[in-house]
Amino acid sequence: MEQNELIVMRDIVKVFPGVVALDHAQLTLHKGEIHALMGENGAGKSTIIKCLTGVYERDAGEVYVQGVEGNVYNHSTEDAQRIGIATVYQEVNLCPNLSVAENLFIGREPVTRLGTIDWRSMNKKAKEIMDGLGIKVDVTVALENYSLAIQQMIAIARAVDMDCKVLILDEPTSSLDDHEVEKLFDVMRDLKKKGVGIIFVTHFLEQVYAVCDRITVMRNGGFVGDYSISELPRVKLVAAMLGKDFDDLASIKPEGDANISPEIMLKAEGLSHKGTVKPFDFEIHKGEVVGVTGLLGSGRSEMVRCIYGADRAQTGKEYMNGKEINIKAPIDAIKKGMAYLPDDRKADGCIGELSVRDNIILALQARNGMFKKVSRAKQIEIADKFIDMLQIKTASRETPLSQLSGGNQQKVILARWLCTHPDFLILDEPTRGIDIGTKTEFQKLILQFAKEGMSVVFISSEIEEMLRTCTRMCVMRDGEKVGEIEGDMTQESVMSAIAGGEK
Amino acid sequence: MDTIKKITKQQLFLPFFCLLLVLLINLIKSPTFFNIGIQNGVLYGRLIDVLNRGSEIAILAVGQTLVVAVSAGTDISVGSVMSLSACGTCMMLAGYGVNSTTQLAVPMGIGILFGILLGGVCGCINGALVAKLKIQPMVATLILFTAARAIGLLLCNNQITYIRYEPYKYLGNFIPGCPIPTAIFVTIAVIIVVSIFLRKTALGLYIQSAGINSRAARISGINSALICFVCYVICGLCAGIAGMVASSRIYSADSNNIGLNYELDAILAVALGGNSLGGGKFNLAGAVVGAYTIQAITTTLLAMGVSTDQAPVIKAIIVVIIVVVQAPTFKEWLSNSEAKRRALAAEGGQKA
Repeated sequence: MEQNELIVMRDIVKVFPGVVALDHAQLTLHKGEIHALMGENGAGKSTIIKCLTGVYERDAGEVYVQGVEGNVYNHSTEDAQRIGIATVYQEVNLCPNLSVAENLFIGREPVTRLGTIDWRSMNKKAKEIMDGLGIKVDVTVALENYSLAIQQMIAIARAVDMDCKVLILDEPTSSLDDHEVEKLFDVMRDLKKKGVGIIFVTHFLEQVYAVCDRITVMRNGGFVGDYSISELPRVKLVAAMLGKDFDDLASIKPEGDANISPEIMLKAEGLSHKGTVKPFDFEIHKGEVVGVTGLLGSGRSEMVRCIYGADRAQTGKEYMNGKEINIKAPIDAIKKGMAYLPDDRKADGCIGELSVRDNIILALQARNGMFKKVSRAKQIEIADKFIDMLQIKTASRETPLSQLSGGNQQKVILARWLCTHPDFLILDEPTRGIDIGTKTEFQKLILQFAKEGMSVVFISSEIEEMLRTCTRMCVMRDGEKVGEIEGDMTQESVMSAIAGGEK
Repeated sequence: MDTIKKITKQQLFLPFFCLLLVLLINLIKSPTFFNIGIQNGVLYGRLIDVLNRGSEIAILAVGQTLVVAVSAGTDISVGSVMSLSACGTCMMLAGYGVNSTTQLAVPMGIGILFGILLGGVCGCINGALVAKLKIQPMVATLILFTAARAIGLLLCNNQITYIRYEPYKYLGNFIPGCPIPTAIFVTIAVIIVVSIFLRKTALGLYIQSAGINSRAARISGINSALICFVCYVICGLCAGIAGMVASSRIYSADSNNIGLNYELDAILAVALGGNSLGGGKFNLAGAVVGAYTIQAITTTLLAMGVSTDQAPVIKAIIVVIIVVVQAPTFKEWLSNSEAKRRALAAEGGQKA
């Protein structure tokens, strides 16, 4: 271990039942360095951090920490704290009803000779700590009176005061606004000067380039590379995260030519949802397939949820076939002919204990209303038709949905929407967790729907898939629609659009 | 063997099995249990008694089943709401502040309708708290659990109001010329109306969808909150009807005693019927069978000479056994230990 290395993790393996979460991952953190840990969801960022902080125990691999002899095994977060590794999570893990000072010293309060808490010295010390970080707060006031940013800062202050050498910040900025983020960065830079090593996990590319010194990229539980910020421009970072090298990128043209009518199917103006998407405009023609691209967490799902009414839009207007429509809840969108296949199949799609048949007719029944029940015979007819058409593998149409495989569940949910004969279909990651053969089928289906005059919005993490099906793409970054690309789209152009302007 | 397996796999198997078990024990202990005779022109016997006295629990269980399915919680106010409905009706029929009457102030139908609607209003309050304000069902219904009885007392001016008017007694007793207790008809009517409603509309599908995954149900266009609200209203109406029956039995409104502890029996009936208290799929028939099982246990104990004070203890023990037997964990444990035994036997065989 070199002199200025704080943490060295090598060949870390962590296996969960059925999944290899970490496959020989590694991470090196130097003294006085802000180190970004990047990767898409499921890349293993959280897992490697949890292996370091003792939340999980690794199955194999070595961890060395400066000042500690030999291979380190942390069995709990307390163990990690004892050797100077502190973590601040996305959600603030403090007690909102206690004062700032109490939160700072909870569990290690200064004590008077009588054994009672020495409030005066506690408040005095707390004040010193907060002043040291340049944050002006009244330490005797309950924590809940301060903004989330301040609370986060207090969590950091607590970690730092406990003599931490390594500070792990797990997506601390996701609920902060620009000004608050700036303040957090100031604190981080200050700590860096004091020699603390910071591991910074975030989805926001801008922030990485604003504050970090080095980047470790992970993908599918494995280590991709450890780069200094100057040698890894944005586009290359995105390529590394997505697992594509620019040299290998062959441009793929969409199959079949576009068959877009000039009629506008849906138009959105200035829609937004607080905290998830900033106001955006959107337009789709009849028979068009539009992609929405961006990294995970860039607001691409939130954008379509806003259009569909799954998250009610707080500003803006929507027009369908030229008429203004008012979408308060999904049912309004369904009645207007929209359909939405959510990306979180389990939470937003499946009614697991109900039969395949019930799941298929659910949205149709909801559109018809409670009192116009779809007759049993009709239900059976619809279910059988779609089981046949989408080749859903199920023991019978009465089998509970939860007993089907993921891909087949997805087909059932798709069937739920197809049987309502939508004019405008939103597909959010329809092919995730589906085998290659089925994926191609899905793509063919999408193109076929478009040919029949349906407008489709298609979101996928796989750019090739979108290139093959979409004629136009909206690009999302940090909750904002930053542009559209059309015409000659290649992996390269899409990826550079996702990454945004280089600095 | 296969047919036996098929039968035991049915959801309704266990509730019926438990009921039969209780009846079987009766048959052994006191053969007179099954005697049905006619006295004074009406049917008489323990079995009839179970069907008659079980009416309130069965009616409550119908509403409770829907509430459990949609909100994975229980409405614990039903017993108190029964009492409030009874007080409301008696207050209407006798006039406010009248202690005892032989002359009705308003037609009986209106009085009864008022009482049932009062139950519906209570359901609305519970429903609004749970569906709109997202308060835990137990806490939300705790409010009326404590308040409803007191409101009932206020309506009756802090006294027991007697309605000494013959037709008012019909609901909880007998209609002249009909040998079957009227309450049985009321129960059948409630069950039929609710099941037709569930069968002919999509309400059943909506309730199950919202109960299993309310987020997914919402995305699929179901107004989960409204469905939840509706279930609580139905539950309130059922409590109102049960209150009418209970009040008619004693032709008065005894705010402190009508429906006392009935909410517990109703919840138990739902559980005994093989319905998960975690919500989701439900089975109305199971809950009704469960209700009569509970009544059968109560009647049996009383018939065996267990004092009314002690009966709950034994009832509790029996219920615990039934619930444990039905629990999936227990079944798993049973099948595991059987597999172990078989493995051991196989091993032993090899050694031998």
